[in-house]
Amino acid sequence: MRRIYLDHIASTPVHPDVLEAMIPYLKEKFGNPQSLHSPGQQALEAIEDARDRVARLINAGSSEILFTSSGSEANNFALKGLAFANQKKGKHIVLSAIEHQSILHAAKSLERSGFTFFYLPVDKHGMVDPDDVRNAITDETVLVSVMFANGEVGTIEPLQEIAEICRDREVLVHTDAVDAVGNVPVDVKALGVDALSLAGNQFYGPKGSAALFLKKGRRILPFIDGGIQEGGRRAGTEDVPAIVGMGKAADIAFQNMESRMAKMQTLRDSLIKRLPESIDHTVLTGHPEKRLPHHASFCVEFVEGEAMLLNLDMQGIALSSGSACTSRALKASHVLLAMGIDHALAQSSLVFSLIDSISLEDIDYLLEVFPPIIERLRKMSPLYSQYLQEKKK
Amino acid sequence: MYSEKVMDHFQNPRNVGTMSDADGVGQVGNPVCGDMMTFYIKVKEARIADVKFQTFGCGAAIAVSSMVSEMAIGKTIEEALKITNESVAEELGGLPKNKMHCSNLGADALHKAIENYQEKQKETEPPSGSPEKSQDKETCSCPYCEGPIEGLENTCVSCHIEFADCPECHKPMNKKADECPHCGATKPRV
Repeated sequence: MRRIYLDHIASTPVHPDVLEAMIPYLKEKFGNPQSLHSPGQQALEAIEDARDRVARLINAGSSEILFTSSGSEANNFALKGLAFANQKKGKHIVLSAIEHQSILHAAKSLERSGFTFFYLPVDKHGMVDPDDVRNAITDETVLVSVMFANGEVGTIEPLQEIAEICRDREVLVHTDAVDAVGNVPVDVKALGVDALSLAGNQFYGPKGSAALFLKKGRRILPFIDGGIQEGGRRAGTEDVPAIVGMGKAADIAFQNMESRMAKMQTLRDSLIKRLPESIDHTVLTGHPEKRLPHHASFCVEFVEGEAMLLNLDMQGIALSSGSACTSRALKASHVLLAMGIDHALAQSSLVFSLIDSISLEDIDYLLEVFPPIIERLRKMSPLYSQYLQEKKK
Repeated sequence: MYSEKVMDHFQNPRNVGTMSDADGVGQVGNPVCGDMMTFYIKVKEARIADVKFQTFGCGAAIAVSSMVSEMAIGKTIEEALKITNESVAEELGGLPKNKMHCSNLGADALHKAIENYQEKQKETEPPSGSPEKSQDKETCSCPYCEGPIEGLENTCVSCHIEFADCPECHKPMNKKADECPHCGATKPRV
């Protein structure tokens, strides 16, 4: 059976060159980077080389890159570490309502330490209004965190404007750029952010490779105490193979950024145009233009996300449903609800995120097998029957 | 994630459809909760002669509906009322813990269709719009203050109670409470 992987946002495969770069560090070059002997020093050189490469990808200084084990860790580190390091100034933090769970749940945990939060609304495209940021900042505000791009709906936020407002008000700004780095140009200097999270498995690096960019001179409270790794800000023996892998992946992303983006955009735009033509009552979610080049997301009315996803999986197509169906009491996505999409439609969401190996023929195959699935599921749907009855009247 | 039997019922659901001359109709859930099921039954000589259903929901919800319909056909009314959430899940070879609420809906929808049939039997004329009014709100509103469960998952927006799944009936209950407001089960404190 044909296999098509359309879940880049969950994870990319590891690039063959990345794997090749990693293998020596799982085999003969196994030293601990903090050891003073030659095998140790060899590993240290490798992680510092990777740090340079990752720094170059986002136009940062090498000393501004702190390696972490995941994007979630980087987000937690930024939010909690910056909050606690600056709490003398105040305990108010501004977030967007559509942040990733690793930001929202870190915020919930900070509430227990007396921090208060303001959640910025978004428009129907999932876009934050910079004016709302300006109005949300108080004298107590120490940090603003707005994601670079949303993984569920693909919308790219006006971060440069947001960061400028924060700079004027002397408030730190962090951005969760996990879904963006490696896929679109991200320049921390041009953006003017103080901290930024990124993850290697979003650009053909291995899982377990991620980093936090922290602008030089910014204080952060470590939350893994121990040795002197990462300048004493994140203790623990470095995951050398993962870090080396992310360095190589950063190189590849840097070199191929334009051609990759152009290819992804063509496929994405084809999907955005053709899917609603093949299946009626299908609406694009997120911004039509200001969106990640490899990201197309939709709500297919009257059908629940997981039911579509499982059916497509049986046809060899792997993708994700934006709706957090695995959560218990609440099932609709907080992102779609924040965008004003109603509950029923929010249950019907699908996220297509493209990887390098996808071709136009794959999109053709998808558009061939998907409509019959929807037809079958709609026949089963009481919501569709209701709609047809009301239409008759 | 799902057992083979669940996947079979999901891929090839039995008894999908509607019934224009149903003896009883039951609807549970709504799109806010994530799942919605409508069951239609035909009764002959106090036995369920036929069942049709329509479901908006995840894989488990579709499989549960199909299984309930299969289990109900041929049973007497009394026997069909004894179909429980547990027995449906068991027949399906088990459901993932976070999908157990789907099996609640399946049996509830069937029982509501039977109730609707019984009401019709009592009254000569059919009751108006009875399938709509329901207690199904309990699966998606806060069991303590009846506020909607929205925003950040597992927290009531009105009373800020944090929820956990009841280990028995899998409906939301206060994480810190010892007793489930739905089924009264007591759970060991974590």
